[in-house]
Amino acid sequence: MQYLPNIIFIVLLVAGIGFFVKNVSRLKRNIFLGKDADLTDNKAQRWTNMAKIALGQTKMVVRPIAGILHIIVYVGFIIINIEVLEIILDGILGTHRLFSVLGPVYDFLIGSFEILAFLVIVAVIIFWARRNIIKLKRFLKPEMKGWPKQDGNLILYIELVLMVLFLTMNGADYQLQQMGAEHYVNAGSYPISSFIAPFFQNMSVSTLILIERIAWWLHIAGILFFLNYLYYSKHLHILLAFPNTYYGKLTPKGQFKNLDAVTNEVRMMMDPEADPYAEPAEDAAVPDKFGASDVQDLSWVQLLNAYTCTECGRCTSECPANQTGKKLSPRKIMMDTRDRLEEVGAIMDKNKGEFVDDGKQLLNDYITPEELWACTSCNACVQACPISIDPLSIIMDMRQYLVMEQSAAPSDLNNMMGNIENNGAPWPFNQMDRLNWSKES
Amino acid sequence: MANELKVPTMAEFFASGTVPEVLFWVGCAGSFDDRAKKITKAFVKILNKANVSFAVLGTEESCTGDPAKRAGNEFLFQMQAVTNIEVLNAYEIKKIVTACPHCFNTIKNEYPGLGGSYEVVHHTQFLKQLLSEGRITMEGGTFKGKRITFHDPCYLGRANDVYEAPRDLIRKLDAELVEMKNCKQRGLCCGAGGAQMFKEPEKGDKDVNIERTEQALETQPEIIAAGCPFCNTMMTDGVKNKEKENSVAVMDIAELIATAEDL
Repeated sequence: MQYLPNIIFIVLLVAGIGFFVKNVSRLKRNIFLGKDADLTDNKAQRWTNMAKIALGQTKMVVRPIAGILHIIVYVGFIIINIEVLEIILDGILGTHRLFSVLGPVYDFLIGSFEILAFLVIVAVIIFWARRNIIKLKRFLKPEMKGWPKQDGNLILYIELVLMVLFLTMNGADYQLQQMGAEHYVNAGSYPISSFIAPFFQNMSVSTLILIERIAWWLHIAGILFFLNYLYYSKHLHILLAFPNTYYGKLTPKGQFKNLDAVTNEVRMMMDPEADPYAEPAEDAAVPDKFGASDVQDLSWVQLLNAYTCTECGRCTSECPANQTGKKLSPRKIMMDTRDRLEEVGAIMDKNKGEFVDDGKQLLNDYITPEELWACTSCNACVQACPISIDPLSIIMDMRQYLVMEQSAAPSDLNNMMGNIENNGAPWPFNQMDRLNWSKES
Repeated sequence: MANELKVPTMAEFFASGTVPEVLFWVGCAGSFDDRAKKITKAFVKILNKANVSFAVLGTEESCTGDPAKRAGNEFLFQMQAVTNIEVLNAYEIKKIVTACPHCFNTIKNEYPGLGGSYEVVHHTQFLKQLLSEGRITMEGGTFKGKRITFHDPCYLGRANDVYEAPRDLIRKLDAELVEMKNCKQRGLCCGAGGAQMFKEPEKGDKDVNIERTEQALETQPEIIAAGCPFCNTMMTDGVKNKEKENSVAVMDIAELIATAEDL
């Protein structure tokens, strides 16, 4: 029976990590439902971008208040994870504060964890207030109703609870150390939780041990729960921001990709040798669909973008269409893409890994043409994203589908395109008159 | 007449067996739109005064395909691109200047993949270079102390990271450059990009150009400077909508310089 806690702990740990691994493999499968995109180029540049944008948070501080608060939470969680390592080892080995052998270094570590935990609590409370009391506009857009709003708050509650448990555990421990309780080695410095300790002063050693143990177990169980909550929430950015910034666009923002399938057709049309009546070769591949109407038509990077989005809404608040009351919201484009991809994944799970047509698609069922046509392609959303998500590329791919597969452009645009086709200008002017301006006074 | 524009074509250069220093890509707006034609002429006047050896394609120029591509018609875009590239390559063009950020972006970024690689500069970059080489001189007299705000065209600014060339030119006019609260990387679109110029906006609370004009007017400018014929149209409409056309002018950078030079 002596080893029961160790066994329970190991079971908990294996279950937590095992479930997480399962979620990661589902995530990977879904992302790679997207089309191939070769992004093995410019490795040095890509690593630099990842270091600057994801690790260094350079784009977060464009908005200083949210940026600095975010850095506190981010640094807090990374650093406090060193403590999690000790907790895991203690749990497996049945030890208590294993790293206390480090002496003064340990004091420094625990001390800084505590200060960070306190700062994280402050930041999380401000974040919560921004969403629920100050009611910042970007958190109240239509796409944030229901689950997305709840999800955002839930994450803040979990973070708050984890930090409070951490400090409670330390406070009780500190008090036990003062009382000279068995097993509770005198180690660590407690700049924050020593303020909690007075609450524990009149408690018996056994009560305190109970409090310390409950806080310890709930803290580690909470962390394992949070790890598995990620996949079901918008919070995957804490992991995916790294690959996402690595695979971010390196070419100028104004450069949209040229479709190779179209290039081949255009070359053939321009080739005087080509026989327009030639029958396609027997083994000729079915021509690619132009543009995107569902998630499988997008590239895996665009799908990675969708899972990476944490719904902060900086893109939407910078979008000229959204600012002037149009339906388009770049954040909604990313959320819709992710939600549809999740739906496709769920269908595959139900059908032994095969996708069965459910009569739905990303276009119309999630994203309407009205949203797509409101975009000015100004790149404000791409510029605003702190982790290199590109909503514009999805909008453009879907416009391509509307125009090239469905001929469903707004009629004004059809006129414009007709003019370009007939006389080489978007307006009905004759190409032969192109130089007339030089003779007008 | 001294004021007559000299606008040689590539065909003329070719016939005489000579090569111009640069090709001026006029663009559809610059060729056909009444307001934009004034920008084209202002730029040509500066080129003439500086004795820049340039040519236009004239009737051999055709739409770059930008609005077709942004509207989703990749096929039409590539047809236009490949046709233009054939002409440009036949003339062995090396350097292109254009007063339209959309043409600039498309030729610079999207033509190379289709076989058309050139050095492409926006006219504000070209003018800045002329200035630094001493080929044009600018007296600030006309605009001395005037409040000028610059509206960043999306396809020049965010799309291609050109923010300083137009601003440097405004400063050289001895004008007081005032920035809008959303400028440079965070500049708000005029509402014309992505083929919006050619269609009615979707339903909303207000038009994008009105929003942007309001931001510009907040700086109390005498002149709203632009570097794009479409932005120019949108901002001009916005100023008219706000009934400020008598006190606030919308001008292209080339027009500012041509005016300062009394051309």
